[in-house]
Amino acid sequence: MAIFLTRESRIIVQGITGSEGRRHGARMLRAGTNVVGGTNPRKAGQTVELAGTDVPVFGTVADAMAATGADVSVVFVPPAGTKDAVIEAVDADMPLVIVITEGIPVHDTAEFWAYAGAAGGRTRIVGPNCPGVASPGHSNAGIIPADITSQGRIGLVSKSGTLTYQMMYELRDIGFSTAVGIGGDPIIGTTHIDCLAAFQDDDETDAIVLIGEIGGDAEERAAAFVEANMTKPVIGYVAGFTAPEGKTMGHAGAIISGTAGTAQAKKEALEKAGVKVGRTPSETARLVRGIMRGR
Amino acid sequence: MSVRVPARLPGGPIAQPRTDADVDLFEHQAKELFAEYGVPVPAGRVAHTATEAEAIAADFAAAGMPRVVVKAQVKTGGRGKAGGVKVAEGPADAQEKASQILGMDIKGHTVHKVLVEEASEIAAEFYLSFLVDRAGRQFMSICSVQGGMEIEEVAHTDPDAVARIAIDPLAGVDRVKATEIIQAGRLPEQAVGGAAELAERLWAVFTDEDATLVEVNPMILTTDGRVVALDGKVTLDDNAAFRQERSAFADSESADPLEARAKAKHLNYVKLDGQVGIIGNGAGLVMSTLDVVAYAGEEFGGVRPANFLDIGGGASAEVMANGLDIVLSDPDVRAVLVNVFGGITSCDAVANGIVSAIGMLAERGEEVRHPIVVRLDGNNAAEGRRILEEAGIAAVEQVATMDDAARRVAELASARAASTGA
Repeated sequence: MAIFLTRESRIIVQGITGSEGRRHGARMLRAGTNVVGGTNPRKAGQTVELAGTDVPVFGTVADAMAATGADVSVVFVPPAGTKDAVIEAVDADMPLVIVITEGIPVHDTAEFWAYAGAAGGRTRIVGPNCPGVASPGHSNAGIIPADITSQGRIGLVSKSGTLTYQMMYELRDIGFSTAVGIGGDPIIGTTHIDCLAAFQDDDETDAIVLIGEIGGDAEERAAAFVEANMTKPVIGYVAGFTAPEGKTMGHAGAIISGTAGTAQAKKEALEKAGVKVGRTPSETARLVRGIMRGR
Repeated sequence: MSVRVPARLPGGPIAQPRTDADVDLFEHQAKELFAEYGVPVPAGRVAHTATEAEAIAADFAAAGMPRVVVKAQVKTGGRGKAGGVKVAEGPADAQEKASQILGMDIKGHTVHKVLVEEASEIAAEFYLSFLVDRAGRQFMSICSVQGGMEIEEVAHTDPDAVARIAIDPLAGVDRVKATEIIQAGRLPEQAVGGAAELAERLWAVFTDEDATLVEVNPMILTTDGRVVALDGKVTLDDNAAFRQERSAFADSESADPLEARAKAKHLNYVKLDGQVGIIGNGAGLVMSTLDVVAYAGEEFGGVRPANFLDIGGGASAEVMANGLDIVLSDPDVRAVLVNVFGGITSCDAVANGIVSAIGMLAERGEEVRHPIVVRLDGNNAAEGRRILEEAGIAAVEQVATMDDAARRVAELASARAASTGA
């Protein structure tokens, strides 16, 4: 089955006529993803040629869903328009909205997240500022490179894009059921915990890699969830042991403030919950290998 | 620099207010914003010299307020303890106090300006803030009857005195909600009306200015019954720069010179205190690289990363050249590690970027004096490695894995530090 995204997923791209939307829409198609359309309110009725396929452009998400049966939207709309784009998808009852856009004001994210909740919580939001979701061999929604890994039985959830790629590549011979980049912004839709719960219930996933980084306490909360709910093995990695207090490290949210939020605190919380934590990405991959070999 | 807000308070975790897209304001800037929104603040003006401070104090004295407070303007906490806030009795004393404070070093921040304010008659001190609640994926207000000290400390010693109130981003804060916040903070009856009015206006600052934190500590009750923001901290979300006018808050004085240069080139660079220059793509991978180099450095005389530099996904030749230029001009750097994972960008493009970068530096007459260890992996890594190999750049050494590359660069940095006596 994989989680969130399967071979049957029918995907539209919000902002399909923009440069990012076109580029990654084409990549997704080449990876075998079922990209059925896109939206741009000013270009309704046109088509856009991506990877040799003419993809229809609709004026609204609702129109696109009615015409194509789409159940996933990938949002590449620039930051100033992202909030409205997500709210439009929520209003159309889109089941899964993956927000790739980087640089969205946190007040906008707070607002669309609250809006989705008030609308009944039927729309799952992944991101913003995330690389998306990839179920190798099935579907690829976002900017995760499709060709660095293979289909397999490891699940992965990560705040960081490049560390996701690094881990997928290191374990390319074993392969992944689904990798979810949840993004590192202060407010995100889908969390580590949401993904852990979905992987626990997924019969195509045997073990889960959880990648975190300094800032916030998402990893500590995920650790508590693992301890209480997970029977499948979870292997962890945390980046940012050497980050000094008070300095931001690139990712929104990647900063230590005060005593909590440190990599050490996260590692300890995960280990206390029975999660093996690697010191480096390679050591983490070795831990995963050991567990997968033992199965 | 970071605002001291507890990551955990009784009843569960709360938010960390800072992100990489944050811009901290000086106290006087925060108060100027407050005033625009009708949040009561003491009258005051900024002085860059002791003479200016004296003149401002003279104006206050002429208006019947001989007593003023001279406050260091630095973007860090613990200013009071460091002697950066002093009461002055009249213009001559203000001149004296300002000359003591200007130029002072407070936790690595040099004081370049002071705020000269009318002194307030304080009856009580409280705490009030609005911030992002990550765990709750919403906003939050923290309010306490105990103000004037670090709220973390209060939360630790007297947890019941700190109220955390969730705020629905769609509903916001009206007078009813503001009153609920203030009452939850257990403020005395005579302060509730004024504090609720202040809170409602402070919420407008938070939302209309796209702030991620607004904090008033202390919020005071004056002896004549007014509620006033005696201090102010504001952190603005730089992601909202496209819809906010922020030029007034540009701050070149606070940054490290290399960081300022990097910022001018739109590079995501943070100066650290080690000897190994680091360039990589993606914040998570670069943070991870810093860790792996620090571990490797433990074996080689304790060398550590000299910087964080994320060149992002594209890694064009120009970005790579600018990045190498910044890293190599750090006098502490002894060796450089370029750690790139080719995801969307393939490694042949990255390799071409490195080759042209070194070419561009040579054209600028900047000789590459330090060894550069390169690790390329991911998309088209073999082609990337071949391009670097064929370019035959003496300074460049390729290593296949991240761990081995970290060991090698630590070894090189350590050897060079020894040979130069650094």
